[in-house]
Amino acid sequence: MADNLESAIDEVIHTEALTKVYPGDILAVDGLDLSVARGEIFGLLGPNGAGKTTTAGMLTTRVIPTGGTAFVGGIDVVAHPTAAKQVIGVVPQTNTLDRSLTVWENLYFHGRFFGMNAKTSKAEATRLLEQFRLSDRATVDVSALSGGMAQRLMVARAIMHRPAILFLDEPTAGLDPQSRIALWDILGELHTDGQTILLTTHYMEEADELCDRLAIIDHGKLLALDTPANLKRSVGIDAMITVSATGDLDRLASVLRDSLTTATKVESVDGVVRVWMQQLVGVLPAIIDAAEKQGFTVTDLSSTEPTLETVFISLTGKDLRE
Amino acid sequence: MTSMTPRATIPAPATLGQSTRVATRRAFFALMLRDLTVLRKQLGQFLPRTLLQPFLLVFVFTYVFPKIGQGVGGSGAGAALFSTMLVAGVVGLSIMFQGIQSVALPMVQEFGYTREIEDRVLAPMPVSLVAMEKVASGALNGLFSAILVFPIAAIVPATPVHLQINWPVLLTLTPLACYMCGALGLTFGTLFDSRTVPLLFGIVVLPLTFLGAIYYPWQSLEPIRWLQIGVLVNPLVYMCEGFRAALTPVPHMSLWAIYPAMIGFSALFTWLGISGFKKRVLS
Ligand SMILES: Nc1ncnc2c1ncn2[C@@H]1O[C@H](COP(=O)(O)OP(=O)(O)OP(=O)(O)O)[C@@H](O)[C@H]1O
Ligand SMILES: [Mg+2]
Repeated sequence: MADNLESAIDEVIHTEALTKVYPGDILAVDGLDLSVARGEIFGLLGPNGAGKTTTAGMLTTRVIPTGGTAFVGGIDVVAHPTAAKQVIGVVPQTNTLDRSLTVWENLYFHGRFFGMNAKTSKAEATRLLEQFRLSDRATVDVSALSGGMAQRLMVARAIMHRPAILFLDEPTAGLDPQSRIALWDILGELHTDGQTILLTTHYMEEADELCDRLAIIDHGKLLALDTPANLKRSVGIDAMITVSATGDLDRLASVLRDSLTTATKVESVDGVVRVWMQQLVGVLPAIIDAAEKQGFTVTDLSSTEPTLETVFISLTGKDLRE
Repeated sequence: MTSMTPRATIPAPATLGQSTRVATRRAFFALMLRDLTVLRKQLGQFLPRTLLQPFLLVFVFTYVFPKIGQGVGGSGAGAALFSTMLVAGVVGLSIMFQGIQSVALPMVQEFGYTREIEDRVLAPMPVSLVAMEKVASGALNGLFSAILVFPIAAIVPATPVHLQINWPVLLTLTPLACYMCGALGLTFGTLFDSRTVPLLFGIVVLPLTFLGAIYYPWQSLEPIRWLQIGVLVNPLVYMCEGFRAALTPVPHMSLWAIYPAMIGFSALFTWLGISGFKKRVLS
């Protein structure tokens, strides 16, 4: 049994064919297989409506799966939700702080909910406020906190009972750049400290900066799963060139496809033509030449080194930024 | 693990059930403690909202009216009977209002724009017990208000109030009434949302109170037979009649009807409330 337990602990999240169909036949998550190891920061990256919150909801017992299985810390979340709740910490997408209590009391009662005695919970609440640089706000109502402070308090609350896994749903959405970086620092420290983290985001930089491994999902389906570096390499592209021009772009795409023999892919989407190439040397003048010979006027031309953004675009055919 | 911050260790399957039972019990009492703390912090709201309505009711009907010669129930003996009769109604009414004010209204808010409920259901306990804690805390609020309101109803009237306390009934009926109203609050809290909550007062609470045997004993409805039968769907009727039996010599509905009806309504509201709560927090 000790062996079993050991392996269960090392794999902190495990899902198989996890599926959620909401009433009205809305397929939000479609057969997701995930495995998150202890100590990892794991990212779920996807556009609005991809199923990120639904996936996190199922792993945190709030959404009941309609198919498949999900384990957190070796506990089946459907069969034993109460036990599962003991080993998870959750920072949801919206502010769910207790408006009737002060900043300090929010932490104190959270500790009590999770079985701490009064003395321990008091000491922990005070210590966490210090750690998250909120001590000077201890006695104010939570409605008086800025968005960044409220988010820090929610993270402090979520880790207070020492969860095996910390879930964060779009933790930096709506934060100003400064607060965002402050939160990244906090998550980095927790990571160094060994905290397993699953976060959802639709910010490429965030995923790239923070995550050890990433699952890219869209329409509830897993499109790719790897480290950010491998994802960028695995797509087999060195660069994406975006061509803006006047005229029939579908025809321009086929012109470029014919003249650029080394292009991996040429397509016309969203009012531009995208060209994926292994090798950039001499390509930009060649594109202008080919286009102008066929009567197109190139109005803009830009090339991008592979980023998660280009990975995402090549996987889904669409831009992650709205 | 030697880290400074040891994390939750995965419980062995054999101890899982036991450790969740302990966690559930602790979380339940911690939630109660949280609610009591909020009550203490908001005492400045709790006292006026609890005391003002019954005070005005008793003051106008049993002090002002007899003094200006416009008594309800006539003058002299009739007025005294009315004051006595009203005691039970006022106590019942204030317990029901606690169910709505301490359970239903905060819950509508927590389900609504604050979404606080999402954090509450992450406490390590079954979701149904998160709902039951609301009922328990509403019942406790009801008990406090009954204790506060009873002296008002007994002292303010201009005409003497004749109390005749039946302790066995009082001691069993009070907790039952408080529980029933807590469960009623849970049901209303999950049935209404922030857009529809004005309707709660307009079309639910108003008929419940005016047709709840607060201002008149149920038996006195005899001449209007259809109404007398119709109001039997109102849980407040049994509660007020029960307090009449517990506190006063006024004739009341049979205890053989009061207890089963209140137990039945308690069960119904518990079931409606918990399933409504689950529907709202789990998807
Ligand atoms: N309670 C619900 N009932 C019905 N459909 C839902 C519900 N919650 C989500 N959906 C649908 O499921 C799909 C996935 O939603 P989800 O919230 O998981 O996406 P997301 O990736 O978190 O998006 P966002 O970036 O906007 O937060 C969407 O099509 C959404 O409309
Ligand atoms: Mg979401």
